[in-house]
Amino acid sequence: SRPTVFIQRDYSSGTICKFQTKFPSELESRLDKQQFEETIQTLNNLYAEAEKLGGKSYLEGCLACLTAYTIFLCMETHYEKVLKKIARYIKDQNEKIYAPRGLLLTDPIERGLRVVEITIFEDRSIGSGR
Amino acid sequence: MKNCEYQQIDPRALSVSPSSAQNHTEKKAQRPRRKWEVFPGKNRFFCDGRIILARQSGVLPLTLGLIVVTCGLFFAFDCPFLVEHLTVFIPVIGGVLFVFVVISLLRTSFTDPGILPRATPDEAADIEKQIDTSGSSTYRPPPRTKEILINQQVVKLKYCFTCKMFRPPRTSHCSLCDNCVERFDHHCPWVGNCVGKRNYRFFYSFIISLSFLTSFIFGCVITHITLRSQAGKSLLQAIQESPLVICFFSIWSILGLSGFHTYLVASNLTTNEDIKGSWSSKRGAEDSGNPYSYNSIMTNCCVTLCGPMPPSLIDRRGLLPPDEATPAASASDIELPLFAAKNDTHMCTQSTKDVLERMVHSSDFHGLCPPGTPKTTPLEPEDSSTPAPSAEPSPSSTGCSQQHAHQPMATPCPPFSRGSKRDSLHSINPAFRLASPSPSLSRASLILGDAADTGFIPLP
Repeated sequence: SRPTVFIQRDYSSGTICKFQTKFPSELESRLDKQQFEETIQTLNNLYAEAEKLGGKSYLEGCLACLTAYTIFLCMETHYEKVLKKIARYIKDQNEKIYAPRGLLLTDPIERGLRVVEITIFEDRSIGSGR
Repeated sequence: MKNCEYQQIDPRALSVSPSSAQNHTEKKAQRPRRKWEVFPGKNRFFCDGRIILARQSGVLPLTLGLIVVTCGLFFAFDCPFLVEHLTVFIPVIGGVLFVFVVISLLRTSFTDPGILPRATPDEAADIEKQIDTSGSSTYRPPPRTKEILINQQVVKLKYCFTCKMFRPPRTSHCSLCDNCVERFDHHCPWVGNCVGKRNYRFFYSFIISLSFLTSFIFGCVITHITLRSQAGKSLLQAIQESPLVICFFSIWSILGLSGFHTYLVASNLTTNEDIKGSWSSKRGAEDSGNPYSYNSIMTNCCVTLCGPMPPSLIDRRGLLPPDEATPAASASDIELPLFAAKNDTHMCTQSTKDVLERMVHSSDFHGLCPPGTPKTTPLEPEDSSTPAPSAEPSPSSTGCSQQHAHQPMATPCPPFSRGSKRDSLHSINPAFRLASPSPSLSRASLILGDAADTGFIPLP
């Protein structure tokens, strides 16, 4: 299968969803460090927005509790809305930055929010001649 | 070649890997299957994946039955009397509480508690590659723990051999459901499901509302009996007609449980952590030592109960894209039901088994590796098979690996697998001849033969 780079989770701030911004060496020939860091940082910020504790999320929580959580059956949660935003962002990044360089970002939600998977196409660096 | 080696880590995961490996293809199979149908954990799904339950629904019908019967008796016998003598709001309040309790219970039981999907084979291979930095010739199993810093406190992350990944903090593997669950609290048989990150708030509202309901019914029944005995009827007859007995016994345990969970919510702990004493009495100087606590009761409560609702990570109703490697998938699908009854205690011998497993499957099922590939692998077992089982699992819980190395183990091994193991061992021998000179060949086949005779479970 194609070589893949996995960006693991960063748990230094607790259980919130955050990915490591360390630039993997396998991508050095393909991508700017800055672009990579910007992508991951934006993703981290988006997940932080999804999990943010504040007035709005508490309101949603209390309202849900009062309706015996039946409200979740018909309403989309704040988290789900942000996840859609993240999916759009990833698609956008793939189209603009990653696909032209022969890379593909996989949405972490498809990996259970464990990793950001970057698939490397056209092994120019490895030279095994696909 | 290296990829080929890693692909055979967990053939069970291969049956779900097609969904993740080709997640951008839009082709549909003749009968598109949903992901819940190939879910590797021990869960049951209803309504085409909308409802998830543990394999043993446990005592859930009993819980529901008790609640319904108690309330039924209450409405039938106490309400008419109390409506007459007190107020019409009694059945109204009772009804509202009853509905709330039942909805909370069903939400707890049918919601995904925060199951983490298992790592894809690529991921598992990557983790092993990252850890095995000394060189690729000797295969070492992934170390069982990794230490990280959370809020300046050292937390150990454990490696889950079933799910092939390092568990995130506060995640635990439930052996009953065979899943890693995030913020694992406990597996509740009354509810028939694990209680974890996503359904803890439902569970908490269930027990709180149940406390209110039982206290309310208890109070009403006592009032009823008191009023009746004052009116001159026999006390015994009044008691017989009431749901008093059920209430009386359950009320204390429910109130106790509610109190306990209120304490947990206020200190942002899980039952699992509290029982294990993960954060208590570690260092006397520091307060609580729980790195997840916000050190404020209000914040802890709000976070746990009213925080944002995380999504389900297992995507039960997603459609499976058609498998690319259909022969491999069908082979592992056949094996999957046979090895479904695996035992957790055999996890510690996985390393040696994985190596041998790889050699078995490389020649038999997949045929993805060129015959020259086992060149490096045969040397491994003869070097490490004897010392590895005794050295490697020393931090592990059981001594079953030592049994594996020295004594025949009476494990229930499915005959199909054992037969296939023997056949494939014979078929490997030509590859051995290619790779190594005859003395080591005989030693290697001797060790493998011995291992096969001891009857270890071939698949993890």
